[in-house]
Amino acid sequence: MHEMALCESIRTTLEEQSRLHNFTKVARVSLEVGPLSGVEVEALRFGFDVVMRGSVAEGAHLDIIESRGEAWCMVCAESVPIEARFEPCVKCGSHQLQVTAGEELRIKELEVN
Amino acid sequence: MSQTRLIQIEQDILAKNNAYAAANRALLARSGVLALNLLSSPGSGKTTLLVETIKRLRDRQRIAVIEGDQQTSADAARIRETGVPAIQINTGKGCHLDGHMVGHALEELAPQAHSILFIENVGNLVCPAAFDLGEAYKVVILSVTEGEDKPLKYPDMFAAADLILVNKIDLMPHLDFDIAQAVANMRKVKPSVKVLEVSARSGAGLDRWIAWIEAAHALERIGADATAQLSD
Ligand SMILES: Nc1nc2c(ncn2[C@@H]2O[C@H](COP(=O)(O)OP(=O)(O)O)[C@@H](O)[C@H]2O)c(=O)[nH]1
Ligand SMILES: [Mg+2]
Ligand SMILES: [Zn+2]
Repeated sequence: MHEMALCESIRTTLEEQSRLHNFTKVARVSLEVGPLSGVEVEALRFGFDVVMRGSVAEGAHLDIIESRGEAWCMVCAESVPIEARFEPCVKCGSHQLQVTAGEELRIKELEVN
Repeated sequence: MSQTRLIQIEQDILAKNNAYAAANRALLARSGVLALNLLSSPGSGKTTLLVETIKRLRDRQRIAVIEGDQQTSADAARIRETGVPAIQINTGKGCHLDGHMVGHALEELAPQAHSILFIENVGNLVCPAAFDLGEAYKVVILSVTEGEDKPLKYPDMFAAADLILVNKIDLMPHLDFDIAQAVANMRKVKPSVKVLEVSARSGAGLDRWIAWIEAAHALERIGADATAQLSD
């Protein structure tokens, strides 16, 4: 359950941003989460509601944008989609893959007032 | 008067941890300390392996240990019995060590120049994978009683490994653990990963593990010396 720790980190960032950008309330947090980020989206949602209590983002809506996984296949010498780390290349079946996208865990946007 | 507005921030959620980890890494590099982050599920043999490793290295290397555990300080006590300094970090509910905790432990422990620092992470094959501590290498331990499928069940951890130790090979005669299959599964998540078979109990394979540590230590030392020369 490191999702709780990630939510604590989000909370700290939001508190910092509130001082920086002068807002007192966050209505929506938009997060980008990749399929290879090691995060359970449901656990993150649960943790978010619990951890944001008493902060500028109490009751905020959590908007999760699930990005897509992508790897460079060294056999095909091209980019191929992947959903999980142990999956073979969808084109040639090789495991010689280098992940190029899908590990994102990023706050993208805040709706504040 | 407040008005609804949008703020684009594009901030990595792990950025704070990564910043602490980077500070730790810089500190360790300056003094040529080799830091190894040991990761596994509970009971794979991290502490036992550490104790056996320390016994084989302590006459010729300076060693320090950071022990992560949710509750107890039993592991740090086991390490101190070998005569090397150890600090216990209790994470409480936290299921992993993070860069900040390790930074504080480093201040307290103050490892000597050119020493080897072992960090035993909290026993867990999921959460610690996401948190860089500033180590030079992540060493993942899988014991033969855990099953060949673990690399596929916990791919993030095995993908993050720089070295994998398959421990408790003394038990192989009593099990149907298929080591070739386990290694094939590790290679599915990380084709280039190095794997060593060891037994902390019998000592089998430990000489190669020790050789790996000392080679890594030599590299760290060369790096630190080169950096020192550049800044002269
Ligand atoms: N048979 C066998 N048992 C081992 C080996 N290494 C550790 N153990 C045992 O496994 C149990 C858990 O070991 P411990 O070092 O506490 O694991 P940790 O939780 O990963 O630190 C203990 O009972 C150890 O004696 C090994 O190589 N072979
Ligand atoms: Mg232990
Ligand atoms: Zn391919």
